[in-house]
Amino acid sequence: MSAPRANLPDAEALVSALAAMINADLAPDTMLVGIHTGGVWLAERLQQLLGVNTPLGTLDITFYRDDFDERGLHRDAKRSAIPFDVAGKDIILVDDVLYTGRTIRAAMNELFDYGRPARIRLAVLVDRQSRELPIGAQFVGMTFPVPDDEMLVLERSESGVLAFKQMKKEPR
Amino acid sequence: MQRNLQIDDEGNLQHLLTIEGIPRALLLKILDTADSFVGVTERDVKKVPLLRGKSVFNIFFEPSTRTRTTFEIAAKRLSADVINLNVGVSSTSKGETLLDTVANLSAMHADMFIVRHATSGAPHLIARHVAPGIHVINAGDGRHAHPTQALLDMYTIRHYKKNFTDLRVAVVGDLLHSRVARSQIHALTTLGVPEVRVVGPKTLIPRDVETLGVQVHHDMARGIKDCDVVMMLRLQNERMNGALLPSAGEYFKSYGLTPEKLAYAKHDAIVMHPGPMNRGVEIDSAVADGKQSVILPQVTFGIAVRMAVMSMLAGSSSAN
Repeated sequence: MSAPRANLPDAEALVSALAAMINADLAPDTMLVGIHTGGVWLAERLQQLLGVNTPLGTLDITFYRDDFDERGLHRDAKRSAIPFDVAGKDIILVDDVLYTGRTIRAAMNELFDYGRPARIRLAVLVDRQSRELPIGAQFVGMTFPVPDDEMLVLERSESGVLAFKQMKKEPR
Repeated sequence: MQRNLQIDDEGNLQHLLTIEGIPRALLLKILDTADSFVGVTERDVKKVPLLRGKSVFNIFFEPSTRTRTTFEIAAKRLSADVINLNVGVSSTSKGETLLDTVANLSAMHADMFIVRHATSGAPHLIARHVAPGIHVINAGDGRHAHPTQALLDMYTIRHYKKNFTDLRVAVVGDLLHSRVARSQIHALTTLGVPEVRVVGPKTLIPRDVETLGVQVHHDMARGIKDCDVVMMLRLQNERMNGALLPSAGEYFKSYGLTPEKLAYAKHDAIVMHPGPMNRGVEIDSAVADGKQSVILPQVTFGIAVRMAVMSMLAGSSSAN
């Protein structure tokens, strides 16, 4: 693993910027759905900043991944929880990093197994580009290209502070 | 048993044949995975696409309704194609051997076999002969093992009691003929239950059972006293062709779980039964339908647990 780079995106600043962007375009019935794990942390923060009182949905897309045949259940699955009726809702899907778009595809597939939403938009802290699917985000904290052999991960400290970490991908 | 038949060098489950030899961490991982599948079974669309395009063959050489059905539901909720074979009435009656049957099914591109057989070790035999990447789940073999039943029992216990390490658990009834009991005992001791008791008449308790780390009781009241969990076993009528018991009525008097006997256990003890129940033989209806009974939740949890096992097996073929 290489040492973390100094000029990483400032996650905390991006959370505030993202909240302001979403706030300008928030409908009264908008529901937030975070994708485990970084997206859930982010969605929790956005809920607070936006003063959204509707229940937060969480998705673990492990069972919808398109690389199950190659990799199996490679990490511990958490339970998805959508504590509201998805049908007809205005939903903002929240994730920390947008990369290939495969996670978002899986999340949308899972969401549709709960019901047919009226609209889904996507909010991410960082768009690292290199998309492999025709997926884009409506709310983007910042665009920050990362080489394909590196990972950009969001971490949360014990006091709840969010920060990015960049490192070499572990060889498979 | 060959030690590494079920678990490969990377610690992934390749087959599920017996609880024996599965480390605690892996048992807990199965229960945790099952937990996330419980969420799926509570949704509108109770399906996930994990096993899409895979073929799961239910081969039952012995009749079963509940186990076969819950395996079928579990496989379908993972989007697999399920083929049910009641082999007892087809190939074997025409003289085909077990391995020939399996070879023929493999030629139909099976990805997973769920096997129940009256002979102990039949699923092991199949697991030794299938091609790599094909997985075998033991759905009950002879008197040997019934691992998914034990796993769903452990899931149920954890659901109601939160952990295993301060529990007193009694397994009551016909231990001698019970593959369920054997798997339950291995699971309970591996998960760290400090006190496991077996309760039943001398004629229905195997002589060497203490070597599994359990206490033996022949008196029901003493056996279930202060227990947190009472796991009843089915009195295996169909196997009782000797003179092991005077009569079902006598058995009920001594070992049938009635509200009066259950009062010896802790007041919040849960009562479990793997089914099918013989009401009025090993369990009284007032207990089976009472508020301490978790017999129906066991069935529901069984689906999520079987989904977890199947997805972990299917996922492990890819690791190679």
